[in-house]
Order: sequence, then C-alpha cells, then structure tokens
Amino acid sequence: MKIGVFVCHCGSNIAGTVDVAKVAEAAKAMPDVAFASDTMYACSEPGQEGIIKAIQEKGLDGAVVASCTPRMHGPTFMRTVARAGLNPYMFEMANIREHVSWIGRNKEANTRKAIDLVKMAVAKLGQNRPLYPKTFAVNKRVLVIGGGVAGIQAALDCAEGGLDVVLVEKTSSIGGKMAKLDKTFPTVDCSSCILGPKMVDVAQHPRITLHASSEVEDVFGYVGNFQVEVRKKAPYVDWKACTGCGACMEKCPAKKSPDPFNELVGRTTAINIPFPQAIPKKASIDPTACIRFKTGKCGVCAKICPTKAIRYDQQDEMVTEEVGAIVAATGYDLMDWTVYGQYGAGRYPDVVTSLQYERMLSASGPTGGHIKRPSDGREPKNVVFIQCVGSRDPSVGRPYCTGFCCMYTAKQAVLTKDHIPDSQSYVFYMDIRAPGKMYDEFTRRAVEEYGTQYVRGRVSMVYPMGDKLVVRGADTLAGTQVEVLADLVVLAVGAEGAKGSPHLAEKLRISYDSYGFFMEGHPKLKPVETNTAGVYLAGCSQGPKDIPTSVAQGSAAAAKVLGLFSKDQLQSDPQVAKVDLKRCVGCMKCALTCPFGAIKELETRGEMKVEVIETVCQGCGICTSTCRQGAIQLQNFTDNQILAEVNALLLTAEEEGA
Amino acid sequence: MEKELRIVGFLCNWCSYGGADTAGVGRFIQPTDLRIIRMPCSGRLDPLFVLKTLTGGADGVLVSGCHPRDCHYAEGNYYARRRLEVLKRFLPVIGIDPGRFEYTWVSASEGQRWQHVVTEFTAQVHALGPIQRIGKQAQARACSFATSGLFARVED
Repeated sequence: MKIGVFVCHCGSNIAGTVDVAKVAEAAKAMPDVAFASDTMYACSEPGQEGIIKAIQEKGLDGAVVASCTPRMHGPTFMRTVARAGLNPYMFEMANIREHVSWIGRNKEANTRKAIDLVKMAVAKLGQNRPLYPKTFAVNKRVLVIGGGVAGIQAALDCAEGGLDVVLVEKTSSIGGKMAKLDKTFPTVDCSSCILGPKMVDVAQHPRITLHASSEVEDVFGYVGNFQVEVRKKAPYVDWKACTGCGACMEKCPAKKSPDPFNELVGRTTAINIPFPQAIPKKASIDPTACIRFKTGKCGVCAKICPTKAIRYDQQDEMVTEEVGAIVAATGYDLMDWTVYGQYGAGRYPDVVTSLQYERMLSASGPTGGHIKRPSDGREPKNVVFIQCVGSRDPSVGRPYCTGFCCMYTAKQAVLTKDHIPDSQSYVFYMDIRAPGKMYDEFTRRAVEEYGTQYVRGRVSMVYPMGDKLVVRGADTLAGTQVEVLADLVVLAVGAEGAKGSPHLAEKLRISYDSYGFFMEGHPKLKPVETNTAGVYLAGCSQGPKDIPTSVAQGSAAAAKVLGLFSKDQLQSDPQVAKVDLKRCVGCMKCALTCPFGAIKELETRGEMKVEVIETVCQGCGICTSTCRQGAIQLQNFTDNQILAEVNALLLTAEEEGA
Repeated sequence: MEKELRIVGFLCNWCSYGGADTAGVGRFIQPTDLRIIRMPCSGRLDPLFVLKTLTGGADGVLVSGCHPRDCHYAEGNYYARRRLEVLKRFLPVIGIDPGRFEYTWVSASEGQRWQHVVTEFTAQVHALGPIQRIGKQAQARACSFATSGLFARVED
C-alpha cells in the first residue's frame, strides 16, 4: 500500500509547539509511506489541492492528515480524498492539535508525541478497506419538543415548508416563558400580543399536530426513522368535548389552588385554563388540588359543564409518533434562588423573583396589572432589583452569565415607573451587559428618562425592618457601604436548563452540560445541530437566550430539518458491523447486546448465523467486543485496526530501547 | 524533566474524545505521556486490547467513555463498565499492578475534568515506574488465560 502523510502547520497553532517538518521527515521512514510533506493549512483550498495532487501524481492508495480533531475536519478531508478518486474511507487523521500542540508546551515531547500519533494512524490506515454507503428512505415528519417561542417558530417554519409537524408540550398550553412576560425589551411591546397570533397559527395549521400536557417517554430509531413514545397526561377533561367556556372555573370551590402559570403569585381553581390566550384553550384538573380527587366529595364541575366533558377516571394515554427528525426546544428554568439565604429568599414575602414580578406587571396576571406587595397588598414606593442572582456566581455553581437579566431588569424598572409614577427603582448590578440592537440605548433610557438608580456592587444581605426591607450592599464605585429601605425586592434570577432536560438528553442520545443545557455539534459552526444525526436544538435548551435569538434559532433548526428532508433517500454511514459467516457460530450474543436491534438471525445451509441490517446499525461496535469468535467486526474499527495502532506505538518504544 | 512513559488511552468518540478536544481548545496543559486511540464507543473496547497493550509493554492504560446513562449508543458504557471491572480484578492474577489501569467517564463538555484525569493517572503510573517487560510467550499465555471464558461470561 502507498500511503501519503500530510502534516498541517495550522498556522502557528500546531507549528508553534510541534516541529512539523521533523514529523513529516519521520513519516517518510514509516512502513508503506510513499510520500510525506508539511503544509501551512491542510484544510484550505491550496492545502486540499496539494493533497489531491499528491494522491494522483504519486498514485497513493490512502492518506493520513495530521492536523486537528477528526470531529472537526474528518468529513472535510474524506471529501478531499474522494475528489482525488480514492474511497473516502482510505483516510485517517492524527489529532496533533487538540491532543498535542494545544496541551503541551515542550516542543521536543510534543514532536515525539505527534510522530507517534502519525505512526498509529499510518498503521491503522494500512488495514483500512474501501466502504460503500447504503441508502434508506426518510420519513418526512418532524417532532418538536417544547412549545415555547423557539419551538413554535421551528414548528411553523417546518409546517410552512410542507412538513407534517408533531409539537409536544409539557404543560397544558403552548407559549412557554414568553407567554408569562408582560412586555418585551427593548421595544416595550406587549409580549402576548406578538406571541398570541403565532400560537393561534399553530392551533390552526393543518400540518401541525399539537400534543399539550404531554411528554416524550422514549425515543427509538435513528435519523430518518425515529419512533417516539409520547405520554399524553390525563387532564381529567375530554378535550374533544371541552369548548374552553370557563364555566367550571367560575364554580370550582377549590379556589386556593397553586397557580404555576402565575409563578405561585396568585391562586387559581383546581380546574382551570392557565391563561386567557391559552392554546389549546381547554380546561384541566390539578388532581393534587381537586376536592373530588382528595375526598371523593364534590363534582361541581361535572354538574356545571355544558358539554359534559369532565372525566374523573381518565387515564394517561400513550401515542407512538413516527418522525424523521427531532427538534429539542425545551427551554430553561430559573435556578433555585432559595440557596441565597442572605436575600431572604423564600422567607420574606416581599422578596420576589423576576418572573413573579413579571406576572404582577401583567394586565392578565393575578393582580390585574397592579403592583402590590405580596405581604399586605400595598403599592410599593421603593423597589430594589438585585442582579446576578444565580449568574456569574461560582459560589452557587453558576459561573456563566445568563445574558438577558440586565435587560429585563431595566425593562422592569421602566415599567415600575410607568405603573407607579412616584416610585423609585434601585438596581444593584455587577456590569451592564446590553450588546443587542437598541439594548444599550434602552438601559440608558432607564437611567436618564426613568430615573432608575444603578448601584454597582453586590448586595450582602436583605433583612426586615418594620414592614419594610433593608437592602445592604456595597457601592464599589463610591467605595462605600449603602443601605436602601425597600418596599419590594426583585431578584433577577439566572437561567439553567429546564428541569428534566438531562433525562430527555439521555433519551435523545445527545450531550448536555452540568447546567442542564444541551450541547451543540460545534460551538461556532454547528449551533443548532447535535452530534446525533437528525436531532436539532432551538432556543434556551442550548443556552440562555433572549427572544430574538430564540426565534432565529427556531428558524435555523427548521432550515436544517428542511435541508435534511430535501432528499428522499439518505445515505447510511458504512462504518457498520459485518459478519464473517465462516466464523459465526450463531450464538446470538451480539444480537442480545445490540442496542438497536440491528442484528437478525440468518439461516444458511441449514445452519443458524446472524446478519447485520446495515441501515439500522449505528456503528457502536458493542457486538464486536462481545463476539468470542471474532466473527462480527465493526468496519473501520476492526480488532486488527485497533491493535495495529497499539502495536505501532509499542514498537516505537522498543526502538527507543525503553 | 522526568522520562516519559507509554500510556495508551482508549476513548469513545462522542464523550471522552470530545472532552479531550474541549481540553485542547481550552488550552488545559497536560502531561504528554498519553497517546489516545479513538473508538466509536467504550462498549467497542474488548478487554483483551487492554491486556495486549499492557503485556506488550505499555506502562499504563486509561479507558474513558460517556457517563453512565449518557451513552451515545444508549447502553454501550454499561457493557464497558461490567467488562472493565472484571478486568481490573483480573490484572493482579497475571502479575500486573491494577494501578496501571483505570477507567473513567468524561463528557464532551468536561475539558477541565479531562485535564484532571490525565494529570492524576499519569502521576499514578509514574509512581509505579516503567512496567516489567515480559517475553512473547508469557504475553501469549496471559492473553489465552484471559480468553478462557472469563470475559465471555460477563454478558450472560
């Protein structure tokens, strides 16, 4: 075999701490290597042309590129090799950037390590065989998980693009966090007025199936052919019969039930429609609050309902949806702010979260848009906002900036002045971060037009004095301690991944970080893709975002799905397992361990053997390490290939006389 | 500088290899002894690879995959965990210090954790020093001992 080795400088990224010329020189002495050179940027156009030229002129059978991680440019160079006329699998990469030049400062040691990695890649390539993809059909339906503004946008764009969409929402109405907001920054326009029409579009779109009060229970299959089990939680109301008239809500005697939509600021009835613009506008019963469920006595709603829609004995229903792609748009939750004991969180009723305050500001909220202190219902005069509660604070495990808190605090300060003209707002902040369009101008207006007092410094504690709260903190610009007598304290609480998102990530087989956010395929170049084919991300499930960015990402995810579905047939990855029938004894252990059910029985000449369904196999290789006969081998990661890498490395050690 | 030892890392493509990439992108400085072999899943790892690597002269072997429950292939790392736990207990039987072998879980976002794992494991292997080389015959014996049904039972 004639192998070519191409060592990349990556500008100074690699060449700065690895002697690339020496690596190329060493490669020339390796077995099967017919050509080796170093190149400034292997991935650039001249770099790729150089590789193609060398393959064609020297008649090479395969190429090793020593550069960055194969997770970044593996596919790039496979295309290059294919353009040169070789099979794209006659290619290997040695990762001498992420795993060498960027993590070690000793040039000598780095160069030695790079040579070893090239030697291992050459040894593996020596065992490579050409592989050819198979094609399979695509189910052109898409599942969107989460009905917030990002999910709504993704669903509408997909539906407008001609796809059938299944939208699964956990709560009884779509709308997400945006539906809870009173106004949006920096335009101070009404949130539900701009979201409402979109929600109605979802309800009326003939291509969108909406499952509210539903959760994804399990996901099987692979890109193009997912089966998703959806649990439709029982609302104890027949939604086909319910007209959303609200008569049940008026008569329900359990009037002091917790109201999650209003962030527990107000109270609601045990049977309720969460808010006036809810989609679907259907009532559901909270069994933990309903008198009928708790004591067996009551049944007022069943008597009052004009369409006889109440079903106390309703059970959860399981639905199986078959889709070809999935968009996860599960959003965020506020972090658990009660860890801030010094702010009296959870103890003093007049310390509220940003979302609770948002509900107080809302005309459709529990106070009808009048700001009232939760303790005595009086109108506050001094309102203190504390920023960075659960963002940029490593002491509570939230080192990142949530990004939108500066803006919503400025908005809430502006709205406070609008609601109560003789009020005074104070904002304790660390830095003002307002990088969006018209954002910085907006925060200036909060100060200059609305007279909001910004105090730079952290609050050390909040404690009650009489019927007021004392907020004590530092003013780091003046270099003094300050105390503000407040009627109401609003905590700008940071965001973390929605509760339960790690569970969903496990079902979707995508990665998530320690804050519950899903990981994108690449932080810059694949912002809405995941490393699992056919699964895309939108909105705050990927990281905290404001509304414009969430909407943009929803559209981007939809574009990716439409791109995926622009083909009728997809090509399967040919790195699948292959059975050597001569060695197979038909013990079926591989079939038992295969997580995808990709191995089935095969009868040949009266003997039981197995065969691999190539389009179902995902190429994990669990079967290969299970087979005692060595009969089933994962192509491109065969036992021989992996051991060739090991041997190449250990041989080097022997040569050195170690 | 202390002399480099031969440490081989078998890493799953989706979590730990990505975690090592993340550590690189973050410029988290690490010892240079470790050479990484990429595989699709920790479940792809035949315990024999570890034995062949150690008996073949490597001073240490590190295996790393996705955290349990977080496997790209749903359950590959559970198979890996069962096999590798058996392997770890088996190593003293053929005279290899079990401290030369570790398995860990590192996700693609955990660059800092990867730096920590590599630094600790490298120090651990350096504390044990270079491995005693054994002859080809002894190597073959150790590997055939291992194939005599010990790991085959793990899946039952």
